[in-house]
Amino acid sequence: MATINLDQLTKSYGPDEVLHHISGDINDSEFVVIVGPSGCGKSTLLRMIAGLETVTSGEISIGGKIVNEIEPADRDIAMVFQNYALYPHMSVRENMAYGLKIRKTPKDEITRRVNEAADILEIREYLDRKPRQLSGGQRQRVAMGRAIVRDPQVFLFDEPLSNLDAKLRVQMRLEIRKLQKRLGVTSIYVTHDQVEAMTLGDRLMVLNAGYVEQFDTPIELYERPASMFVAGFIGSPAMNFLTATGGDGLVILDNGTALPTRLSTSGPVIAGIRPEHLIAEPEGVLPVRVEMLEQLGANTLVHGVLDGSDIPIVASVTGIQSLPVNDVVRFTPGPDALHLFDANTERRLS
Amino acid sequence: MVENRPLLTVISHLILLVGILLIALPIWITFVAATHDEARMLQAPIPMLPGGYFWENFKRTLFGSGLSGTEIAPVWRMLANSLAMAMMISLGKISISLISAFAIVYFKFPFRMGFFWLIFITLMLPVEVRIMPTFQVVANLGMLNSYWGLSIPLIASATATFMFRQVFLTIPDEMLESARIDGASPMRFFWDILIPLSRTNIAALFVILFIYGWNQYLWPLLITTDADMTTIVMSIKQMLEAAEQSPQWNVIMMTALLAMIPPVFVVISMQKLFVQGLTETDK
Repeated sequence: MATINLDQLTKSYGPDEVLHHISGDINDSEFVVIVGPSGCGKSTLLRMIAGLETVTSGEISIGGKIVNEIEPADRDIAMVFQNYALYPHMSVRENMAYGLKIRKTPKDEITRRVNEAADILEIREYLDRKPRQLSGGQRQRVAMGRAIVRDPQVFLFDEPLSNLDAKLRVQMRLEIRKLQKRLGVTSIYVTHDQVEAMTLGDRLMVLNAGYVEQFDTPIELYERPASMFVAGFIGSPAMNFLTATGGDGLVILDNGTALPTRLSTSGPVIAGIRPEHLIAEPEGVLPVRVEMLEQLGANTLVHGVLDGSDIPIVASVTGIQSLPVNDVVRFTPGPDALHLFDANTERRLS
Repeated sequence: MVENRPLLTVISHLILLVGILLIALPIWITFVAATHDEARMLQAPIPMLPGGYFWENFKRTLFGSGLSGTEIAPVWRMLANSLAMAMMISLGKISISLISAFAIVYFKFPFRMGFFWLIFITLMLPVEVRIMPTFQVVANLGMLNSYWGLSIPLIASATATFMFRQVFLTIPDEMLESARIDGASPMRFFWDILIPLSRTNIAALFVILFIYGWNQYLWPLLITTDADMTTIVMSIKQMLEAAEQSPQWNVIMMTALLAMIPPVFVVISMQKLFVQGLTETDK
């Protein structure tokens, strides 16, 4: 098992720099998820760690050894691809054994390891089938089996669940998590799905346009987002942002409402409130004109605008609620629900 | 389209039958001609039903001296020559094209696209166009009257290179990356992954190229002067003009019949792979 250290990593394609000074240390046996919207550079970063992309500047070390110039095969890693990348002409067994065969592992050792991995993933009965005879979920298992038999220091996952249907995705997500805990292999997982990221990762690296926005535990990201980007990206539905002016122990929203806060700020700020932290109260400070309701069963999403303006507000209230559309409902943010961001830098004011 | 209209079925079957008759008639006449003796073939009208000389003609053509009164190699020798030439051309074309397509698709080297277009341009230079210089080169290399001379100038193939390039481009990049992580060297990837994945395309190309090689006429005619190196296709024409006598149709037609067998055998035996190779898109 191994630690992974990224030191000032940069990647450029010609004059375009797509990753900017990425640094971060991943502990032994840790499960780190790199998350961000499409085009943020998360797959490129993973492929650089795998050795499939060259490093423009900076250093990657795996297990304390700098691997910048080392071939992917010699980095002691295994990778699971989005489209599985199984060899279509080989049986499941041959697919899993191929890497070992090239490394000239003895035959009985290969058989033992393939069977062991097949047992872990419960794919023993498919061992002699070809990949095209398997369903998406089964192929996914084979791709993971191929990673497991290698017994590598690091697992790299490149959006491995995005080709599966929603139900299977949830199931495989749990299995990957359990498997990683059981094997204790340091893992890096790339996804654009924030729910997947929150449930899988010990820590999340949030990437935006090639910059690390925040690298922390899921709870920390949710409770103390370092920037408006993280605040808007983590959590569903996304956080409400309201422009406001800072004051001593309070912020004054543009419609004149004063909201109490523990911070003293000044000048223009952005106040962020998560939809689930808005509580409907007859005396609430935020009057919201209801435009639409989304009934999800367990909770109801109230879409509306701050009364007298066109600032959109989403609130999530528990249970099935039938609020009259076009009426004004008043909400109050719960205690400590207010996140304040600098209006210019969009960074958190702590 | 599933329809149940008896008249339509009858008409479509009629059209098919007429088509088959049109194609099969010359072959039937060839066969019939090969089963009569020399004298019968010179009388009008030509026979439409088989005669009793098939085995005699067969033995005389395949193992004997063929035409009486000429110095010509026995047909088995020509068949062997043609087979050697066709195999060398088709296998040579396939291996060279596979390797060059591999280089062009998977390796980054200076002027890569330049080389690709250079190969592509040779499509405009078939043997017939460059026949004089090619003959000169082959003659200077001392390859006249040899299998090398028959096959090597026809081996380079832009079409096959282009086709394999297209096949390789459809193979997802992840396959290469996955193999790299598995530790496969480039040649290992070529043998273990690329060749098995292009299997059906190789088969389809083999069929086409084998027939192309088998049917070569002009080039063998030019560079072989030795009767022992004659190929079967060119020999048929020679037989027609041989000596100053009326053509011996029974022997000529038997030779034509024998000349048809190898290509037909190749097509039939590789039919399934051939169709897959030309239609399959799933990788």
